[in-house]
Amino acid sequence: MDLFFALALQIVYGIASLVLISLGLAIIFGMMRVINLAHGEFLMLGGYTVVISTNHGVNIWFAMLVLAPLVVGIIGVLVERLLIQFLYGRMVDTLLATWGLSLLFVGLVTSIFGAQTATTISPPLGVINIGDYSSSAYELFLIAVTVVLLLLVYAVLKLTKLGLVARATMQNDDMASALGVSTKRIYMITFGLGAAVSGLAGGLLAPVTGVLPSIGATYIAKAFITVISGGASILAGTTAASILLGGINGIMAFLTGPTLGEVALLATAIILIRLLPTGITGRFFRKSL
Amino acid sequence: MNSEIVVETRNLSMHFGGVKAVDRVNFNLREHELRCLIGPNGAGKSTFFKCLTGQLAPTSGDVVIRDFNGTGRLPHQIARLGVGIKTQVPSVFDGLSVNENIWLAARRWHGAARARSLTDQTIERLKLGDIRSDLVGLLAHGQRQWVELGMVVAAEPWLVLLDEPAAGMTHDEVERTVEIIREINQQATMIVVEHDMQFIRMISSKVTVFHEGRILIEDTMDVVTADPRVREVYLGHGTS
Amino acid sequence: MSWTRENRWRAALVLVGVIFTLAAPGVLELFTIINLSTAIALAILALSLGLIWGYGGILCFGQTAFFGIGAYAYTIAAVNLGGSSWAVLIAILVAAVFAAVLGYFMFYGRVSDVYMAVITLTVTLILYSLLRRTSGPEYKIGNALLGGFNGVTAPPLNLPWSPYMPLFPEHVFYVGMGVLIIGYIICAWLIQTHFGRVAVAIRENELRAELIGYDTRFYKLAMFTIGGAIAGAGGVIFANGVGRITPDIFNLYNSALAIIWVIVGGRGTLAGPVMGSFALFYLTSWLGTQGVLNNNLVLGLILIIFVLAVPRGILPTFVGWWDSARSRRAMQRRELKVRRRRSRRSSELQEAADE
Repeated sequence: MDLFFALALQIVYGIASLVLISLGLAIIFGMMRVINLAHGEFLMLGGYTVVISTNHGVNIWFAMLVLAPLVVGIIGVLVERLLIQFLYGRMVDTLLATWGLSLLFVGLVTSIFGAQTATTISPPLGVINIGDYSSSAYELFLIAVTVVLLLLVYAVLKLTKLGLVARATMQNDDMASALGVSTKRIYMITFGLGAAVSGLAGGLLAPVTGVLPSIGATYIAKAFITVISGGASILAGTTAASILLGGINGIMAFLTGPTLGEVALLATAIILIRLLPTGITGRFFRKSL
Repeated sequence: MNSEIVVETRNLSMHFGGVKAVDRVNFNLREHELRCLIGPNGAGKSTFFKCLTGQLAPTSGDVVIRDFNGTGRLPHQIARLGVGIKTQVPSVFDGLSVNENIWLAARRWHGAARARSLTDQTIERLKLGDIRSDLVGLLAHGQRQWVELGMVVAAEPWLVLLDEPAAGMTHDEVERTVEIIREINQQATMIVVEHDMQFIRMISSKVTVFHEGRILIEDTMDVVTADPRVREVYLGHGTS
Repeated sequence: MSWTRENRWRAALVLVGVIFTLAAPGVLELFTIINLSTAIALAILALSLGLIWGYGGILCFGQTAFFGIGAYAYTIAAVNLGGSSWAVLIAILVAAVFAAVLGYFMFYGRVSDVYMAVITLTVTLILYSLLRRTSGPEYKIGNALLGGFNGVTAPPLNLPWSPYMPLFPEHVFYVGMGVLIIGYIICAWLIQTHFGRVAVAIRENELRAELIGYDTRFYKLAMFTIGGAIAGAGGVIFANGVGRITPDIFNLYNSALAIIWVIVGGRGTLAGPVMGSFALFYLTSWLGTQGVLNNNLVLGLILIIFVLAVPRGILPTFVGWWDSARSRRAMQRRELKVRRRRSRRSSELQEAADE
């Protein structure tokens, strides 16, 4: 029984990590149809913010929950103003330019902080015991934060005026601007928020994964797979894909080991894309958020 | 004249979410006819057209082209039956020359030598000789429509489907297009989707009027324009 | 193939290549020749992407996947078979099959351009992360250990079917240049065949190609597979040039490089990406030595600048200037003729009036 709970915790944690690393990308893609290849670097920058600020004495919770999203959010706004806004409608060019940006960020961080970790920080909160098995309490915390984050994004999109205006712009930007909405500002804010969410995720995961300039690459494959498998709906898609892919990954990893677990995740994603080329929410839960 | 039915749809429907763009349409067309599909914007003409060409897979119902079940087939499978298609927004190869565009169409169904002579003939026929080496993307709109027509005829199809061939053309260009279409009709059966009433008068005998996804009336141009229901639908007096 | 202007330029380029191949080992140092072999392998990769993207319109962000698979497959096969002859063929075949399977999923699944770019990139990154974990002794194919992030050493090429006669580095250089030149000729020929012209048409307007009656899915699959095979061949040369293959071949940086060669060199030409790859190879090597600017940084900047300012790449931009300069001169000559004719006529009229 204890094994069951410990395993369940692991799997849910795996799902939550997928949601965390994918949500920022999903927001930007779902709202603006921009695939941001520098997404991994937003996560990386969030991680660096946390590690560097905690090493200079900032409280870790503050660094993770406030500082990381703030810093990366601002960077996101700058990126949107200086680069993305010139490439709207040119999807391939946006892909290429954000790829260049990704390289740029990696290069900058490597130049400033060197190619190795600044220092790692260990996960706070220690250990909890489930019968004979001990799990990291931090994992529980991350699961909780993920749920809160999803609810928060849902609340902003569904219940606030900004969310309404943003959704309108996403569905029909000509109409929205005819109604007096500054679509430029909406895009800027949306991109910034997506970046902030990514920064938050990166910061939260920093104690678990450590930070390196190249860590963006390890995130980005999984994030893309999840977002593409999920489809156009930001929350429903990301959640559904994360549950499916994370679940299969977790179960296979338990049965056969982490490498085959990864392979199972990929194989599932490939089959999913072949059967549902527009993602899960391209066919099911179509009208959901 | 009672020639065989070459195009038929049975209870054809196309739904987009809750919208019934095409609603249980039963349509048929005889060999060598030239039928025009008309109707106000949103009536379902272009959607119906796309169900015939394979660009859309209908929600239900059948499309039959000369014994072949064309329902939900891919465009290249429909084209393979000998069907020539011109789309609403000209689908041409902008980065290639007029010659290359037409050659590609001719070469699909013929060997190299025949393709070359067909290309030359088609360019002659459509009077595109002066611009044959020009990039299609740089041509004026009317010329691009003619290049597309050229691509359609170069394949020597027996069934020709045209979606708004006269759109955006000057009066002279429209007259030229009418000539071309009459020529094509001598060999092929045709369906033309159009808005321009003058144009339709010049080319066709029988007309099918679409409204809200269904066929409202099917008859000659004179009868149709005199019909009070058609007037309502176009001018919007009262409810339908 | 007919002697069009383009074909004449291409023939000239091939001639230059052949002369270079024959002359270089006598003129350049051995170290440079060995280095060049690596550059040549990368040029073959650039050629493959130039073909499928520039001409076929297939946006593949992960062309290095087939390159790396070719390198790994060659190494594994050569280790197991004890000689290189079959290994080369197996490597190209494996790369082609991989491309065919991936291509089947993407093209027959009607995946859009943008998704295709992301999927191909993701596949490459997956190969990267999977191969990095294969360090233990249990990870092997036949006798060949996969070696994890340390990679595998590639057995050298040998004379066909004589495994005890390995080729010297100059000979590897010859083989590499041979593959590059022949590959270039094949690609140039291919794009002028009916098949190639259809592939280009599909790039221009896929719907119209379908309406003409071409099964575009098949054409794209064929192009993609051919591109994969060529990249695989490049991988074989790379294995010999570098000696040791690591999973780094699949990383983001190298995948980006491939794209950058095509963007910088010129989409829509074959020579452009090849030259772009040589140029960037030496640029990045030089940057590596002086150590002031990080490679990632420079590459990222180049990519951004080119996307924003020089979208067609260097070669087509030059060709464009050349062409517009020629047509301007032609126009000026015509103007001059017209003016002379007018002035002659008016002076004739003047004479007639005077009489």
